[in-house]
Amino acid sequence: MKIGRVVGTVVTPVQHPAYEGRRLLAVRPVNPDGSEAQDRLFIAVDRAHAGVGDRVLLMAEGSSVRDIVGDARAPIRCAVVGVIDEIEIEGRAVYP
Amino acid sequence: MYLGRVIGRVVATQRLPGLLGEKLLIVQPLDEKGETAGESVVACDVVDSGLGDVVHVCDGRESSMALRDPFVPVDATIVGHVEEFEHAEPAGAGGETRTGRE
Repeated sequence: MKIGRVVGTVVTPVQHPAYEGRRLLAVRPVNPDGSEAQDRLFIAVDRAHAGVGDRVLLMAEGSSVRDIVGDARAPIRCAVVGVIDEIEIEGRAVYP
Repeated sequence: MYLGRVIGRVVATQRLPGLLGEKLLIVQPLDEKGETAGESVVACDVVDSGLGDVVHVCDGRESSMALRDPFVPVDATIVGHVEEFEHAEPAGAGGETRTGRE
């Protein structure tokens, strides 16, 4: 899993049926300290009621995302699976 | 999964049987500001996209799940048209809304 920051919401009226009723978020991966990671922007299905600005847990790839959405044949690869409250590195709180 | 803009198409008459009938487009990945991010890819399309459309691309193994045959060698498929992308800065300093079709 990656740590990310929700930077936006995506509206796709024309989409594959597996995405019906699912909310899409734009997530920018960040390092634990909050600095921007050397990574690309991800679009992910929201499974944690996250909002713009939230620090989140991002499942960036894999079949486990298809388990989460309950459809083994869904073309869905990324999901936001948690909203992060705190991050601690070597005993030091780095977030919030 | 990522955002991209359709910048072209690919015609390949001779291809694997599982790929027959699948439309192939060239997609330029975009970042949250709508600027190009990384190199363009060839993607299958299941939502009838056209040149210039801003799209939502599913990559990796899951991309073939959107196709008629889910066991074909494909690593990117366009699964949605982006009509609206709302991008807000973390400080709440003036979010902006973009429309997919320009």
